[in-house]
Amino acid sequence: MKTKTGLGIGFFASVLFLLFSFPQLSPVTGLKVGDIAPDFQLKSTSGKMVTLKDYKTAKGYIVVFTCNTCPYAQAYEQRIIDLHNKMEPMGWPVVAIMPNDPSVQPGDGFDRMTERAKQKKYPFEYLLDEGQKVFPAYGAARTPHVFLLDKDRKVRYIGAIDDNADDESLITRRYVEEAIAAVEKGNEPDPSLTKAVGCMIKVKK
Amino acid sequence: MQKIWLLLVLTTGLGSLKAQQVFESFDDFAPLLERTQTDTTYVINFWATWCGPCVKELPYFEQLNRSLAQRKVKIILVSLDFRKDLETKLKPFLAQRQFSASVAALVDSRQQLWIDKIDSSWSGALPATLVYRGDVRTFKEGEFDDFEELQQFVLGFLTPKTKSFVIMDKITTLFKFD
Repeated sequence: MKTKTGLGIGFFASVLFLLFSFPQLSPVTGLKVGDIAPDFQLKSTSGKMVTLKDYKTAKGYIVVFTCNTCPYAQAYEQRIIDLHNKMEPMGWPVVAIMPNDPSVQPGDGFDRMTERAKQKKYPFEYLLDEGQKVFPAYGAARTPHVFLLDKDRKVRYIGAIDDNADDESLITRRYVEEAIAAVEKGNEPDPSLTKAVGCMIKVKK
Repeated sequence: MQKIWLLLVLTTGLGSLKAQQVFESFDDFAPLLERTQTDTTYVINFWATWCGPCVKELPYFEQLNRSLAQRKVKIILVSLDFRKDLETKLKPFLAQRQFSASVAALVDSRQQLWIDKIDSSWSGALPATLVYRGDVRTFKEGEFDDFEELQQFVLGFLTPKTKSFVIMDKITTLFKFD
């Protein structure tokens, strides 16, 4: 009987321990749809320092965390260029941010970013998340990872650009374009959150 | 049909070129995540040849497979390589590495439909690892720094579970949100 009580106390102690430690078990970080995204000031391959405030006439922002080296980012490179060319005249520019630590992924160094932007004639700003403060604040987990913000910087959509990284001809949903169309009509994007395979953002251990 | 896939993947000596199985549809793959009626522990690693951190940690899974050869553990390395790269990149890679662990490739491009089914906390970034035995599951997004970290992650599943362990595990699951 005594041992049973002892076990019971031990068990409840464990439960209490777990109750108090559970927030550490599941870190919840980053932005959710509906949150106001923080502005930033980052160095662009165009030579400028860029903040969202600079886009005076924007109706919103397509913030894309992407990089030179990830094959998924590469698969989406031309699609990101096309997306900007299509949506920027409507007031929705792409703002690309490279979140990897170049000391871990040298192919994503600022010089290499500049080279890539020049070579592919990026029509949008390509920014280095120097010090890696912006991507955790947004909660970006992979490249590519889109955060669609309206002009008040309210997050309206998080996720993939479309539903087929593998084969453009098989795309059935263009999530970002559909989300912008919904916002323009005063509706909530549906879906407002999608997931896709991508590369883990590279951080020094 | 699904049973045949399972048999092929789970019982043949895998890792070799011939035995590598390609799942066109997540529906055919899903039974691998639901083998809960056995006391075997399943370690399912999602990787790709293009993913540097994944390739770096694959030897840890190989080492685990060898060190737990006598235990009820099934390690399955699930490649998420692009379909177009299966012949040109995945197969040569596997031929070179000759893994003793099972290898499969999942090429269902409807990722939005299946990422959550593997684990609701998963962003989709690679690598990622799911371990389960019966109804108890754990999931990790990101790489293991070394073999010991992976071993720690898996060993808890191999020891017989006491009642309070199972209950505590249920509680952790209860409070796990994304």
